[in-house]
Amino acid sequence: MSGVVPEERRDRGTGARVGVVTFPGSLDDRDAARAVRLSGAEPVSLWHDEAALRSVDAVILPGGFSYGDYLRCGAIARFSEVMGLIADAAKSGLPVLGVCNGFQVLCESHLLPGALVRNAHLRYRNRPARMRVETAKTAWTRAYGEGAEVVFPAKHGEGRYVADEATLDELESAGRVVFRYLDNPNGAMRDIAGVCNEAGNVVGLMPHPEHAVEALTGPSTDGLGVVASVLAHLNEGAVR
Amino acid sequence: MTSRFNVVVDSVGVASATPDEKQPYAELGLKEDEYERIRDVLGRRPTQSELAMYSIMWSEHCSYKSSKVHLRQFARKNPKTDRLLAGIGENAGVVAVDDEIAVTFKVESHNHPSYVEPKQGAATGVGGIIRDILAMGARPVAVMDSLRFGDADHPDTARVLPGVVDGVGHYGNCVGLPNIGGETVFDPSYQGNPLVNALSVGIMPRRRLQSMQASGVGNAVILLGAKTGRDGIGGVSVLASATFDEDGDADSRPSVQVGDPFTEKLLIESCLELFDAGLVVGIQDLGGAGLTCALSETAAAGDGGMHVDLERVPLRAAGMEPHDILASESQERMLLIVDPAHAETVLKRAHRWGLLATEIGTVTDSGRLVVDYHGQTVVDVPPASLADEGPVYERPIAEPNDRALVAVDRAETLSRPSGDDELRQTVLDMAASPNLCDRTWVTEQYDSSVFGNTVLAAPHDAGVLRLDERTGVGIAISLDGNGRYARLDPYSGAQSALAEAYRNVATTGATPIAVTDCLNFGSPEDPHVMWQFERAVTGIADGCERLGIPVTGGNVSFYNQTGREAVHPTPVIGVLGVIDDVRGRIPVGLGEAGDTIALLGTTAEELSGSEWAWAAHRHLGGVPPKVDLDHEMKLAELLARLASTEQIAAAHDLSEGGLSQALVEAIMRSELGAQVLLPEGVDPFTYLFSESTGRVLIVIPRGQEVAVRGACEQRGVPITPLGVTDSSTDGLHLRDHFDITRDDLAAAWKGRIGAGLGE
Amino acid sequence: MARVVVDVMLKPEILDPQGEAVLGALPRIGVNGVSSVRIGRRVELDFDDDATDLERQTRIIADKLLANPVIEDFHISVAAEDAA
Repeated sequence: MSGVVPEERRDRGTGARVGVVTFPGSLDDRDAARAVRLSGAEPVSLWHDEAALRSVDAVILPGGFSYGDYLRCGAIARFSEVMGLIADAAKSGLPVLGVCNGFQVLCESHLLPGALVRNAHLRYRNRPARMRVETAKTAWTRAYGEGAEVVFPAKHGEGRYVADEATLDELESAGRVVFRYLDNPNGAMRDIAGVCNEAGNVVGLMPHPEHAVEALTGPSTDGLGVVASVLAHLNEGAVR
Repeated sequence: MTSRFNVVVDSVGVASATPDEKQPYAELGLKEDEYERIRDVLGRRPTQSELAMYSIMWSEHCSYKSSKVHLRQFARKNPKTDRLLAGIGENAGVVAVDDEIAVTFKVESHNHPSYVEPKQGAATGVGGIIRDILAMGARPVAVMDSLRFGDADHPDTARVLPGVVDGVGHYGNCVGLPNIGGETVFDPSYQGNPLVNALSVGIMPRRRLQSMQASGVGNAVILLGAKTGRDGIGGVSVLASATFDEDGDADSRPSVQVGDPFTEKLLIESCLELFDAGLVVGIQDLGGAGLTCALSETAAAGDGGMHVDLERVPLRAAGMEPHDILASESQERMLLIVDPAHAETVLKRAHRWGLLATEIGTVTDSGRLVVDYHGQTVVDVPPASLADEGPVYERPIAEPNDRALVAVDRAETLSRPSGDDELRQTVLDMAASPNLCDRTWVTEQYDSSVFGNTVLAAPHDAGVLRLDERTGVGIAISLDGNGRYARLDPYSGAQSALAEAYRNVATTGATPIAVTDCLNFGSPEDPHVMWQFERAVTGIADGCERLGIPVTGGNVSFYNQTGREAVHPTPVIGVLGVIDDVRGRIPVGLGEAGDTIALLGTTAEELSGSEWAWAAHRHLGGVPPKVDLDHEMKLAELLARLASTEQIAAAHDLSEGGLSQALVEAIMRSELGAQVLLPEGVDPFTYLFSESTGRVLIVIPRGQEVAVRGACEQRGVPITPLGVTDSSTDGLHLRDHFDITRDDLAAAWKGRIGAGLGE
Repeated sequence: MARVVVDVMLKPEILDPQGEAVLGALPRIGVNGVSSVRIGRRVELDFDDDATDLERQTRIIADKLLANPVIEDFHISVAAEDAA
């Protein structure tokens, strides 16, 4: 059991506190908070410049263009006050999800392997992405059936996942490819949409589960499973 | 840096002492009598800074000097409504949605910059309109874009279109606003002068409405946001070259501004925080005319004067003269009027967002706008003389002499497809034509779902946003224009655009409540253009009066021409509607298998100005389709009713391309096919391709046919059953005429724009 | 093989948001005292051995393609033989 979760919060599940980080230039922070709320947990906002995790049980790094993303996506966010704490806590098992820009931040912070580079077709593209959930053994996917098909909106200009062959082979063999595109929208290597760290508590993916939580506004409600997964994970109190 | 200043400043003192110094007013676009008026107002020659400010504020762009006399019609004819909380003359019109929520929206042009530098021109156009919305106290929640380019296959279109789309997308995506719709139109009339019109809409609690008044003597004037550089100084640089030409580098100053959506995002969050904390007395965005406009407008709207110390403005470039600072169009800046007791808090809160905030002056009771630069007064003017009392012209108007000839050159007499094979091919050819084919290549470069409140976006008839998750209340907006109709008849063409935007909003189930317009025309110095303008404005004003919805604001863009050739007169109209519960919105599509397809409205033989006449014959002549606003009102009321009673499964407005195109698009949005039987006795070609207004294709759920027919009869809206939706029909089956498979439709309709650009 | 390098920079008057972003990040990694950052693009062109008139040709490439003359300047340097 990690020390990042205070004792009084052990009885989690629907009462769980899920932190959503706001960097300057974060865009989907409110939407991530909505997804948390719709799943019955409590969203807690975390500010990039404050070294405080506010007793959260899990953290979402939302989409957007942190610090303008002018140098490389996610390159500057890595050095923010809050990321230092998140990186340490992640190593002790805190569930962390990075979506889109959040995925880029996790890669730049070396919490996840690989990098996200410009789409092969060189344009920003917004399309619903069909993906297969390749593993249900992560903190953020355990509510899905392994091999389940999900649809989240993918919308990015720099979302092509790349890594060297050895890393890709290692990810495949260790079951760390979490989401795989069925119609690769950006030229990602081996159709990879999302990966996790060795322990399975840190997951990053390009498409947006938080924009697939209501039939009225999204292409599906498949995204609810992501937060449901982490709540189940917290309830069980198990950190692998 | 600040102490480097050793050039003699053209101060008020210097100006008084050198009354006869020649000034480059003509190069700055001022007429001789305008220059004389400035001298009268000041009782001396203007300083360089003052001359720069007058030349900017008295330009067509800022003063509306050619359009003002006509735009007054809007105020005169606008229907009275309690919903209108702020109207024409503000940064954007504000309308109440319910007791708590108000929305503000406006469309604006950025045509000329987008031709010079398509990406940055379009991007800064989006940035500018977003700040207008923010300045009203609203959180911007969406953008839309209305784009017009030259011929789809012209080489320059391949330069301008991708750049403009990239710019609109880049700015909107990075600042985090969903793009919920718009239009992309091709016509050779826009070859040397594309039109880039951007709309933004914002939401606010009614009590948060902001003002641009610099009121409260002693209040602090704070500049918030980006540093000031040489962006867009363009015209004013003649002051430098005319006087300080020895350094020789003044000519290459760029007039292109580069936008920084990241700073804009911070501006939005920071300003909203300041509004909510009640720290802002007045606010104005810095747009096309930079500090000049913001200072003079806030001072003129306030109750006294203003004193500014210009050397406090944080600069990005070295060696900027006072008139450069005043004229700079650097983006992402706002001017705030703040109680001095709160100034420190405001600066602190801005810094928390990483924004520069600098106190540059104070509100005074002098009745003058006084600008000092290192202790020397470089501007001392009555602010209203800049902001409100610019020249007003009644430009000569003349009806073009080709009117009668154009009117008799009717498209109804053009040769038409004969036989079912040719008719079938025409359906496909039209679906593949540049103005009707799939827009996905454009729209998928835009984020449409950020904020999680987008209920409908392109390609639906209107963008629909949820405003309140608890009540489901929302808005719908559509942005439409038709330059060809307006070229044939500017009065009815403008009303056509108004009617179409109104109908599009109604087609989603919303009730239209307000209008914004962007009027794109040629040179106002051409009496024929001025005639077009006057007719179009009158058409819109009369139309809005008839429909009972006010024009709340907008923008005029003149001088859209290459040489002597003006663009088609192109009024682009945005209509905003409210919908009590967005869950009742009506999408484009075909509903469920077995539903009934029907047509509302009447089809006449109206092909002049149509997409078919243009695509098939490159023909533009005759009289455009008639507009019947009384019918449009009945239709809108009917659609709102059917939406609220769930008696309608899908709907699609008929416009360019007529019934044929509406069917194609509905099929492409659905997984079903359509079995269609045209009414007896009609000419199939006319029925499929006529562009008669006031028509909507609807899909009625099984079992609701009688009720819907009753609702139509009660309101006097003609309804014609056309067929059924069907899972066993592959594509479009037009009984007794032809079949087109879904694959054939898709092959014709999809992927054309990207293919045209070599992708 | 002859290498020609083209450096493309935004004109000095043009806002460089990328440079500003890096400038703003420097204190985060503990570096102070930098007053301006401007970021450009370096383009390396390798001409065939028998190619002539390299500078003129590069100028055409840079002017027409690599740089946007509305907002960017470029600088050409012909590297020594076999610079790679």
